[in-house]
Amino acid sequence: MAELFEERKKTFFNFRSFRREKAKKAEGLPKPGDEKEEVACKACHKVFGRGEWKENLYVCPSCGFHMPISGKIRMGITLDEGSFQELYPDVKGGDPIHFPGYPEKTGKAREKTGLSDSLYGGLGTIDSFPVLAAVLDSTFFMGSMGEAVGDKFVLLVEEAIKRHLPLLVFASSGGARMQEGLFSLMQMAKTAAAIGKFRESGGLYLVVFTNPTTGGVSASFASLGDIALAEPGALIGFAGPRVIRQTIGEELPEGFQRSQFQLEHGQIDKIVERKDMKGVLSQVLRLHGNVYEGTDTKE
Amino acid sequence: MKAQTQKNELKAYERVLLARDKERPNIVQYISCLFDSFLELSGDRIAKEDASVLGGIGFFEGRPVTVIGHHKGKDLEENLSCNFGMPGPEGFRKSLRLMKQAEKFHRPVITLLDTSGAYPGMEAESNGQSTAIAENLLEMGRLKTPVVAIVTGEGCSGGALALGVADKVWMLENAVYSVLSPEGFASILWKDAGRKEEAAERMRMTARELLEDGLVDGVIPEPEGGIQKDPQKGMEEVRKAIRQSLEELDGIPGEELARRRQEKYLHIASCSAPGQEEA
Repeated sequence: MAELFEERKKTFFNFRSFRREKAKKAEGLPKPGDEKEEVACKACHKVFGRGEWKENLYVCPSCGFHMPISGKIRMGITLDEGSFQELYPDVKGGDPIHFPGYPEKTGKAREKTGLSDSLYGGLGTIDSFPVLAAVLDSTFFMGSMGEAVGDKFVLLVEEAIKRHLPLLVFASSGGARMQEGLFSLMQMAKTAAAIGKFRESGGLYLVVFTNPTTGGVSASFASLGDIALAEPGALIGFAGPRVIRQTIGEELPEGFQRSQFQLEHGQIDKIVERKDMKGVLSQVLRLHGNVYEGTDTKE
Repeated sequence: MKAQTQKNELKAYERVLLARDKERPNIVQYISCLFDSFLELSGDRIAKEDASVLGGIGFFEGRPVTVIGHHKGKDLEENLSCNFGMPGPEGFRKSLRLMKQAEKFHRPVITLLDTSGAYPGMEAESNGQSTAIAENLLEMGRLKTPVVAIVTGEGCSGGALALGVADKVWMLENAVYSVLSPEGFASILWKDAGRKEEAAERMRMTARELLEDGLVDGVIPEPEGGIQKDPQKGMEEVRKAIRQSLEELDGIPGEELARRRQEKYLHIASCSAPGQEEA
């Protein structure tokens, strides 16, 4: 009897470690420095080494799928090397509606990502043009927007106004942070008010839509850019495809709400591949040089 | 700190049902009761007329105001013609057009919110639903004329907020205001839409809770059993709220109103950000 029990226990532990290994392998983002492991493309399922992914800016060498990337990686591939200086790293949200389990979940996400919440930003340069850059990091709560994102967005925008810097935002978000109730909805009005203030200051606001940008983020600051770019294949929209499918009761056409669709429907200016993004941003900044000529960006 | 639940207090989901009740007055009744000589105005001047948003000009106690709100319709035929009060981008653009017009002619804007959300459809998405909502949020935030918003029924998601950025935000006692419906909330967070009552309790979506949370500015009392039981009496309370707000806002120059509203929304629903100390 005891033997049988031991046997079962062994099987169970074997199974558990197998599951854990599998879960580790399936974990989304490629980690730089961990170049031996292989990662499958989420679109075409072809497998490439982490080193190859990194070299290719996390774009699938086979099908061109743009893998979602963390804020840190985004800053690394967009800004001039060593130029990034993070601002307001400690803005943390609370638990405004006392939603059960929410503080534990945010705690875990903070531990896992090293971020205080999903908005990550600071100062940097692109081909020596100074900018204030911010990224909604989809590795933290799917880049959703709660009070911490709204508050930090306002702080970053005010910093950009104060320092006379162009504002560059990479959006990727599942929308409002449901666990914060109406507090999360109000962040839409808050971030829009911040962009209202930024517009009045005469600053240049660039938005890059990355996959996916939906809901409350899409319907607030992300859709208020002077110039709106998008990575190829990014899902961009207010209502998510699942909700629309339920409402209209039919399948959605191929490519619906993707970057190409949004370009055709007049919602974005240009689709830019990841490898060309820095160059295009640099071009935009150069074309707005007159706006920033002679301004002291130091503070 | 939490809402003091009185013994005879309604449950949150009971208020959701009251807010959605077909017998509850809709924007047409509010207009006929509160605004004289009302002239409805139509169209976004770009693509089409969206009847889910109703707007126009009328007199409130003798002074011209612009009134804009969601229109769900009172019977199935009307429901269909105004898309159950769920606006597409054209509805939001119409509302913005009327707001800018009000600003030009120095009329206050009164908005009445009652929607289950912006319309999640293919056409709405194709025509720029996100941008239409976003532009409304931004422009309402800096309109140089008084803006008073009243949640009369169901204030749900970005579709409600797109008409709800205001100097004074009121809620009727049994109105609800939330990031999404309790059914949607339960289905997303608990994968079980059946837990809607529990979700409604959790979400803090009732007028009193939101007043406590500082997300709305006032609660308009309703007659026992809801405004649908005695619309005349309830409307008088709404009239008082509008009058009080306009009296408070009158005399503040447009620029100053816009500046104060911008400040209000830059700091609404904020955490006590430790990062601010470093600035």
